[in-house]
Amino acid sequence: MKEWMGKIRTLSLFSFLVIILSACGKDNLTALVPKGYGAEESFNVILISILVMIFVFIVVMAIYVYVIFKFRQRKGQENHIPKQTEGNKTLEVVWTVIPILLLIIIAVPTIASTYDLADESEKEDSINVNVQGMQFWWNFEYANEEIQTSQELYIPVNERVYLNMLSSDVIHSFWLPSISGKMDVNPDNENTMYIEAYEEGVYWGKCTEFCGDSHSLMDFKVVVVSQEEYDQWVEGMKNTDPEYTAESSTAQEGQEMFANSCISCHAIDASSSNPVVGPNLADFGNRTMVAGIKNYSKEAIVDWIMNPGEIKPGNGMLSAPYLQDNSMEEEDAEKIADFLMELKATDEPVDSVEQFKKDETENNN
Amino acid sequence: MSTLVATNKKSFGSTIWDYLTTVDHKKIAIMYLIAGGFFFILGGLEALAIRWQLVQPMNDFVSAGFYNELITMHGTTMIFLAAMPLIFAFMNAVVPLQIGARDVAFPFVNSLSFWLFLFGGIMLNVGWFTGGAADAGWTAYAPLSTTSPGQGVDYYVLGLQISGAGTLMGGINFLVTIVNMRAPGMTYMRMPLFTWTAFVASALILFAFPALTVGLFLMMFDRLFGSGFFDPSMGGNSVIWQHLFWIFGHPEVYILALPAFGIFSEIISTFSKKRLFGYTAMVFATVLIGFLGFMVWAHHMFTVGMGPAANSIFAVATMAIAVPTGIKIFNWLFTLWGGNIQINTAMLWALGFIPTFTLGGMTGVMVAAASADFQYHDTYFVVAHFHYVIVGGVVFALFAGTHYWWPKMFGTILDEKLGKVTFWLFFVGFHLTFFIQHFLGLMGMPRRYWTYLEGQNLDLGNLISTIGAFLMGVGTIVLLINIIKTSVKNEKVSGDPWDGRTLEWAIPSPPPFYNFKQLPLVRGLDPLWIEKMEGRKGMTPAEPLTDIHMPNNSFIPFVMSLGLFIAGFGFIYQKQDIAWLSLVFVGMGITLGCMLLRSVKDDLGYHIHKEDLKKEAGE
Amino acid sequence: MSEHDVLNPGQMPQNPEKATLEGKNKFMGFWFFLGGEAVLFASLFGTYLALNDSTNGGKSSEELFGLELVFIMTMLLLTSSLTSVYAMYHMKNNDFKKMQIWLGITVALGLGFLGFEIYEFYHYIHEYEFTLRSSAFGSAFYTLVGFHGGHVVFGLLWIVSLMIRNAKRGLNLYNAPKFYVASLYWHFIDVVWVFIFTVVYLMGVL
Repeated sequence: MKEWMGKIRTLSLFSFLVIILSACGKDNLTALVPKGYGAEESFNVILISILVMIFVFIVVMAIYVYVIFKFRQRKGQENHIPKQTEGNKTLEVVWTVIPILLLIIIAVPTIASTYDLADESEKEDSINVNVQGMQFWWNFEYANEEIQTSQELYIPVNERVYLNMLSSDVIHSFWLPSISGKMDVNPDNENTMYIEAYEEGVYWGKCTEFCGDSHSLMDFKVVVVSQEEYDQWVEGMKNTDPEYTAESSTAQEGQEMFANSCISCHAIDASSSNPVVGPNLADFGNRTMVAGIKNYSKEAIVDWIMNPGEIKPGNGMLSAPYLQDNSMEEEDAEKIADFLMELKATDEPVDSVEQFKKDETENNN
Repeated sequence: MSTLVATNKKSFGSTIWDYLTTVDHKKIAIMYLIAGGFFFILGGLEALAIRWQLVQPMNDFVSAGFYNELITMHGTTMIFLAAMPLIFAFMNAVVPLQIGARDVAFPFVNSLSFWLFLFGGIMLNVGWFTGGAADAGWTAYAPLSTTSPGQGVDYYVLGLQISGAGTLMGGINFLVTIVNMRAPGMTYMRMPLFTWTAFVASALILFAFPALTVGLFLMMFDRLFGSGFFDPSMGGNSVIWQHLFWIFGHPEVYILALPAFGIFSEIISTFSKKRLFGYTAMVFATVLIGFLGFMVWAHHMFTVGMGPAANSIFAVATMAIAVPTGIKIFNWLFTLWGGNIQINTAMLWALGFIPTFTLGGMTGVMVAAASADFQYHDTYFVVAHFHYVIVGGVVFALFAGTHYWWPKMFGTILDEKLGKVTFWLFFVGFHLTFFIQHFLGLMGMPRRYWTYLEGQNLDLGNLISTIGAFLMGVGTIVLLINIIKTSVKNEKVSGDPWDGRTLEWAIPSPPPFYNFKQLPLVRGLDPLWIEKMEGRKGMTPAEPLTDIHMPNNSFIPFVMSLGLFIAGFGFIYQKQDIAWLSLVFVGMGITLGCMLLRSVKDDLGYHIHKEDLKKEAGE
Repeated sequence: MSEHDVLNPGQMPQNPEKATLEGKNKFMGFWFFLGGEAVLFASLFGTYLALNDSTNGGKSSEELFGLELVFIMTMLLLTSSLTSVYAMYHMKNNDFKKMQIWLGITVALGLGFLGFEIYEFYHYIHEYEFTLRSSAFGSAFYTLVGFHGGHVVFGLLWIVSLMIRNAKRGLNLYNAPKFYVASLYWHFIDVVWVFIFTVVYLMGVL
């Protein structure tokens, strides 16, 4: 089917459409510029159906416009009684049969790609990630590598990665518009989908099943890196140390405070044996964003620690003791931030993360 | 009969009492129109609040929690408390007249349907004043809905249960009315298309609503009595709710859309001065749409993880619906073809409907393609799609029907100039609001988002959308002004102001409470038109002037509904304090007591004597 | 037809339940209503079938159900359906007394069924601690069977109130449709029970 699609694509109308559509939307967020296998499959079906439907629309509108101008009541004709036609068998057959044919044109590629996107034949030999959705964040556990991370999923470029998804509270839905379509994350049965990205970069992911107050803020990122970078990152994650000692003095103070309260929910090493309570903070120093929605900066981290409820209403952090008794001072939060920014699996973030941070900061200033 | 000479002014109190106890389908229609109109405005205000929140990125016009209540109540209100009752308003006002009947089959039940709907609707909205309305979306997916704190979702469950019972009874009532009460000669294939669509929609109500009833019961048990249908920790399965909801929810779309098609069929035929093109095919398409409507519910669940086989089957079944829908579009176009098209406000809505609904149908086929829906699902693309269908199809029809049947219901004619202003404001506003949302969805804006981040290229589209929404709001205000102006002026019109074709135009406007002095003899499709073409003024009677049997008014439906309303509070609050259970007993006692009373007390109705009928006619 | 004719028909027609327009409407409307009820129970059955293995570590259907009691209940309800047919037969023959007698028997059998059902539930709750809140299976079981039980209660109240209300005045064209639809309702309850017996109990122990 793919080659065939390739030919169709060269048609000028297609390219024209692609240009118009790709003018819309933010790169790596929009579904209109597919950069992965699933998104491309869906996009092909979208294009076929749009073309067929535009044809239908043109036919309907042509008759419609003609009829309105031709048969509109003229002055002095108010009492004219037109011929009372009952119907026309031939016409009725025509507009029954042609739509059926048009629908078949859409249905065949639909079914083919629906089966294709549910293909699990390569699951055993691929990277498997157990995705856990929670109000209002994501946990990613690499099944074979025995590491986990939160909010940001690292995958190698041009590799199929299988996601096994389960929710631990309400239903969420995992959507990565530029790379693939979406799949619900249910609390009662595991869903599997695969993603495959064609280009390195940081991609925006969204929760698309209504899940409560901060549904609109339950963003995640998928960081697509070269195989080499991926291996390094996995290695780094494996080596993250639960006993890590902070370097700078403020960070050390921060770590002390962290150890007294935060650690009960947030692990600082990536081992998948850590229970999933709050987001895992290993490699936090290389994050693209804070809480999935704020540009990465120390101020943003401090802001989050001091006022998580204002940034993500109803999030799980609100039940933290330090917020209940208001015991956190801003300078303490700064020290904790210093500590968190030291947590890194690799010394430098991967190139695409660096680029992403730069772009986003420029974008919003 | 003193009621016959009702020209003397009645006091305000007795008018109210008259409406509280009426079983007359025309008065019930007016009550549906007023109540549905009220909820339409309420839902519209909620929509404007939603759009204002989304006018710019990271806006904080309303809080996230309140926003969720707004979207939930907007959807629920518009579907259950505005669109459905307004459809019922026209079904009540028109169907008995179109088939030449003096009332519906069960006038008492008809009144009960209305009061159940109204009390249910009030119940749904009580949540606003008791710590928050429902906030789990109009689809109320478990476990979000079963774990939602507060009583909002409880009010949703109980309110929908009560109003749903009313709707179910209404459906049965119209089925029996249309089967049993047709005038002599009114065969099935001579029924006007609006009656046909009302008939099929009623059948859909009958077979779809019980699924919702069960779903709501299960949710009520989960929330209020500790059962575990949707609770994974008890072995429950949240997807069951989705199936039950959509087994109801998809036919619901056609319950709304089919009567809308019926309204347009009447209007297009009347104002083209032509018989409906391909009437038989239209009837067939209506029945087919109704039938297929039950086979496609899972297309709302392509991303749930049903597997490729189920997804493909439901995708193809859904696409199949496009065929009968296309037949309808072409039949409307060819009814216009060769006609003498008069463009007034009602016709403008019908003409605006054709391209709008075609777009909605097109995106319908697009979202039916399962693998493409992986992108569309739960984004603004879907929001745009179903607003094209429900607003572009149903709401346009309701506006059209309001202009078309207003003379029949109230005896006055709505102002044409203001009507056209409303149309253009609403039409332009509608497309501004929703067309751009197709693109917003594909550009990465999911549905039910309280806000969106800065720098995601979603700002302009949302701004345009909000501007459009306010234009629709202004259009609606103009309609209200129009209604007030028309009512104040109170210029009466004849029984047949549009040169109509069907039976409702054969009697005065508004019709006498017994509708037809003598039942008419129907000699074909468009019976009044046939008589007019043969030079007669009105219908030929099928019976001599005899006594007319009429049902008695009753206050029981109101009290019966009130009982359920009271019991609802008991169910909700017994979870906090068992003492509230007493309200359940009081409320259910009232309702069951009313049922017993209705069962044991004979209610045989009364007769209007033919002497009185003659006297009234001045003979 | 005047009020007098409806209440005091000189001669009862063959099918008194369908002799008036009101009767015809009631007859047809009730059939439609039963169609809706069928969807209602179908939804409950679907839910039950989806959850009947979700015992959440609690009691399962094999451990709970015994067929003896349920068999007696089934017989009681099937017989009551038959006796209500007799009642309707006598209604058509305009034999009010015999109709009342057979309806009385129907009610008695229905009460017997209800008594056993209450005993059954009581037994499950106290002996096995199996309740609505035990598991999703428990919820589905009590809801499905309980909905049926609720229908039985309502049907009994309905038939009894009709019998008492009309005890003195006998049959006429106004109340004949009421008796008739009540018996239709009773048949429907019986049919639902046959499905419950098969789906819940037979399939539950096999």
